[in-house]
Amino acid sequence: MSRVADSVTAPGPLPAAVHRLRGLVRNPYGRPRMLMTITWAYMIWTIVPVVIAISFSFNDGRSISVWQGFDATRWYWGDAVNSVWHDPGLRAALFQSLKLAALDVLIATPIGVLLALGLARWRGYGSRPANFLMLFPLITPEIVMGVSLYLVFQYVYTAIDPSTTAQVLGQVTFSISYVVIVVRGRLLSIGRQYEEAAADLGATPWESLRLVLLPLMLPAILASMMIVFAISIDNFVIAQWLSCGAGCDTVPIKVYNATRSAPLPSINAVAALMVYLTLAAVILAYALYRFLTRGERAAGSSRNDLAKMGSIDFN
Amino acid sequence: MYPRWLWQALAAPGVVWLVLLFVVPFYAVIGVAFGTLDPIFQNPIPIWNPFDWNFDNTMQILAQFAPGERYWQVFARTAVYIFFAVTISLLIAYPVAYYISRHARRTKVILLVLLVLPFWVSYLMRMLAWVGLLAPDGLINGFLVWSGIDTDPPNWLGGHPGTVIFGLIYGYIPYMILPLVAALDRIDKNLLEASRDLGMTARQTFFRVTLPLSKMGILGGCVIVTLPMFGDYYTPMIMSGSPTTSMLGNQIYLYFHGGPQPDVGATLTIVLAAFLAVLMAYYLYSVAKAQRELQ
Repeated sequence: MSRVADSVTAPGPLPAAVHRLRGLVRNPYGRPRMLMTITWAYMIWTIVPVVIAISFSFNDGRSISVWQGFDATRWYWGDAVNSVWHDPGLRAALFQSLKLAALDVLIATPIGVLLALGLARWRGYGSRPANFLMLFPLITPEIVMGVSLYLVFQYVYTAIDPSTTAQVLGQVTFSISYVVIVVRGRLLSIGRQYEEAAADLGATPWESLRLVLLPLMLPAILASMMIVFAISIDNFVIAQWLSCGAGCDTVPIKVYNATRSAPLPSINAVAALMVYLTLAAVILAYALYRFLTRGERAAGSSRNDLAKMGSIDFN
Repeated sequence: MYPRWLWQALAAPGVVWLVLLFVVPFYAVIGVAFGTLDPIFQNPIPIWNPFDWNFDNTMQILAQFAPGERYWQVFARTAVYIFFAVTISLLIAYPVAYYISRHARRTKVILLVLLVLPFWVSYLMRMLAWVGLLAPDGLINGFLVWSGIDTDPPNWLGGHPGTVIFGLIYGYIPYMILPLVAALDRIDKNLLEASRDLGMTARQTFFRVTLPLSKMGILGGCVIVTLPMFGDYYTPMIMSGSPTTSMLGNQIYLYFHGGPQPDVGATLTIVLAAFLAVLMAYYLYSVAKAQRELQ
């Protein structure tokens, strides 16, 4: 009691500013301004540099660090020599990235969906090791996967040289696990009661798989396709270790090589294109998931599923 | 109602794929690391039979990790960089995660979206952003000169250990915050109220209740960022490029792409994987435990 009275009636010799500062730091029941400041500062620190890098793709000059005026198109397609569209290396890298991502989605999604179904339901000998095996690609440092795939194509599967094929095989290997995590999370939240009801009503196993389980899994399947597309387009290490040279360069490899010489804003432009594509894929995944699970909102399950989706990207 | 073999059959393609392109490749690294060299061309010849493995090379390389030897410096440097990067990341990440899970109310959704956003921006793009900002004529140096803090700022990208550590923090900190938010969200609010009711101050409640209960999140977050940091070779290359700041990953990369000694590179990869296996085992164990609780 007396302490409160002291601080109110007698600020003492402390200047008002210091007094207020002390109040800011220790206000046990007020809003935690310190924490709030740290949090928003952190958010600005993580996001703003990328925004600045993207805005330099609209630079009118040849620098990625000094602003020389605005030009919306120069480094995308306006410049007849160095823009993304006219530089043969950058254009090839853009298409190589898109090609790898598309093939990755087409191959990893079906394999991953089947594996998720199998792992969610298969009880018995071998299911635990298979579960562990599926988790390993998520936590293995990428350089270890890069080295091992590089060596396996050199010494064991000698028919496959470093090439687009090798890059696809490598990317699918780590993409499968992401599909499994997303789809299995959905399977666990669906439960088995719908299939049991279908069976009671006379559905054959094949019918209950196709007519009940598949439509229920569809939101997760579509979401995992988008996620695979996004992580594949951003992948650097695997694509680099299995690259056949300039012909197999993807956008991240181009960005890496460029940072070590004198980059032009066209590098920012091509990297920005990747950011737009990834964000579009993720927003589409989110929107599709919300739309397809709109009837389940009351249960709150889809929100939990999405929280899981956001936290699976370990590498 | 389903045939008993169905689920195994569905899992089979994925399991076969992972065996052929994850397990076998790892065995190839072991085969090359414990193999021999062609006497004339010095190419590595992998040995597949474990009984014929040749450990001479490996022992020589392991001996070079001793203090003062060839790999000691790069190993110690890697460990020091990662120690600083993880510690500083935790000091930043914990308050952010704490605020988001405990205090953010109306802004929680937007903060979570902003938190996840960096996951969907390519790592290389995020490094490129800092290459532009830290360039000699970039915005950072421009600000330092303009504000008079440092009228002759250094070339940050010319081999500064601090820049490499900064790059590691910037690159991996989002992966640390998410598990922390999840761990802090799981803490039962009743325990905090009980602690306050029993007369503890806010500070005591934090140190005696919140912090111990978020221990698993702290460990998980640290492990998740430590694993990729140990294999990282691109961050030091982009942020400095100088051999004075190269890490273990750069050394491995060099043996495959610069020098003709993939056998040494393979051995270093095995050493790295063995060193990280402890962390990975711990992480897999805690994930498996969490999954069992879910089912």
